[in-house]
Amino acid sequence: MTKLVRPDAPAGDADVGNRAGTADDAGAVTRWCDRCGESVAAGPHPACAAARVWEPPRWCASCRRRMKVQVVPAGWSAVCVEHGERRG
Amino acid sequence: MPEILDQARTRVLENGVGLDEAGILAVLNLPDEHLPAALQLAHEVRMRWCGPEVEVEGIVSLKTGGCPEDCHFCSQSGLFTSPVRSVWLDIPALVEAAKQTAATGATEFCIVAAVRGPDARLMTQMRAGVAAIREAVDIQVAASLGMLTQEQVDELAAMGVHRYNHNLETCRSYFPNVVTTHSWEERWETLRMVRESGMEVCCGGILGLGETVEQRAEFAAQLAELDPHEVPLNFLNPRPGTPLGDRPVVEGKDALRAIAAFRLAMPRTILRYAGGRELTLGDLGTRDGLLGGINAVIVGNYLTTLGRPATDDLQLLTDLKMPVKALSATL
Repeated sequence: MTKLVRPDAPAGDADVGNRAGTADDAGAVTRWCDRCGESVAAGPHPACAAARVWEPPRWCASCRRRMKVQVVPAGWSAVCVEHGERRG
Repeated sequence: MPEILDQARTRVLENGVGLDEAGILAVLNLPDEHLPAALQLAHEVRMRWCGPEVEVEGIVSLKTGGCPEDCHFCSQSGLFTSPVRSVWLDIPALVEAAKQTAATGATEFCIVAAVRGPDARLMTQMRAGVAAIREAVDIQVAASLGMLTQEQVDELAAMGVHRYNHNLETCRSYFPNVVTTHSWEERWETLRMVRESGMEVCCGGILGLGETVEQRAEFAAQLAELDPHEVPLNFLNPRPGTPLGDRPVVEGKDALRAIAAFRLAMPRTILRYAGGRELTLGDLGTRDGLLGGINAVIVGNYLTTLGRPATDDLQLLTDLKMPVKALSATL
């Protein structure tokens, strides 16, 4: 089971997925990098952003749960039990 | 012109006999200035012994993650701290993936599962999935389900699976450095049974696992001995949380040398671009490989990572005047 941890640092700028501490389209707050699962409060994750070009997200950016991810030839879906499905 | 390329012109291009291990190693050790000549010769060999057509394939993961094996490159092993979670694809989604693949003009659709070998649940899912695809989509179905028993080999052949993928991954001497939960010989035994069943054998591997150039040559020679219908050539895409997660990607020129060498080792095989080419070769290198011995591609996404859009690869084939192999040509 994924341990849920809140970042201690205040939200700052980040360019991985959404900006830290801001709300995405579904209204969920982005606090975690969806590639490495670490906090985006301290700043952007440029290496993760570059890698994400060739990878689907693995971590929910709102709650840091590991998502169930299915890759298919023409896309992907990633499901967080708390925050729902993302598709790409 | 290096002596090995002169020898290969006669032996491989004119006579259709692949290079031996020493010859493969000589190609892998060619200096950069001779790489274009090696690629040109490999391309001539491919055109002469395989023709201009390119076989296009799509792949999908039927069962992702939670694998009990410890293949050190794989994010789907349940033994590592990879973020990949276990998930199963349902039959409607499997059929939809086959339709998406067929829409690209692909003739091959490979169903893959992250397992040591199939259990009863997976074989049941395969029976239902293959039947549903054959009912709805005009495409050849291949499978990659790990190590098989003779009974499973026979059942997959009876389902209509026409090709079975089981990669040796690396050479025999290096394999224990990459996998400890099963042996290279166990994989070879599955491949032997697949061949005897009449299914086509698809067997390749991954370059960049830490093997030496000599071991890369050993691997190509061992594949040539197996004589598979198809060799998928992957380049390591280091996955977070795996034991090889910090390895560097293969340098582009080394990847192209390997493509030429593998083609000169196996003049008649289907040599397929598989995972990792986006990182290792990029757009320009992808083109160079298609003009250097490659005659098949996986289009679209892979099992847990993403690939170039299928339309980009298909446009590249059009630009290169390489026709996509038609389904009728494979039946």
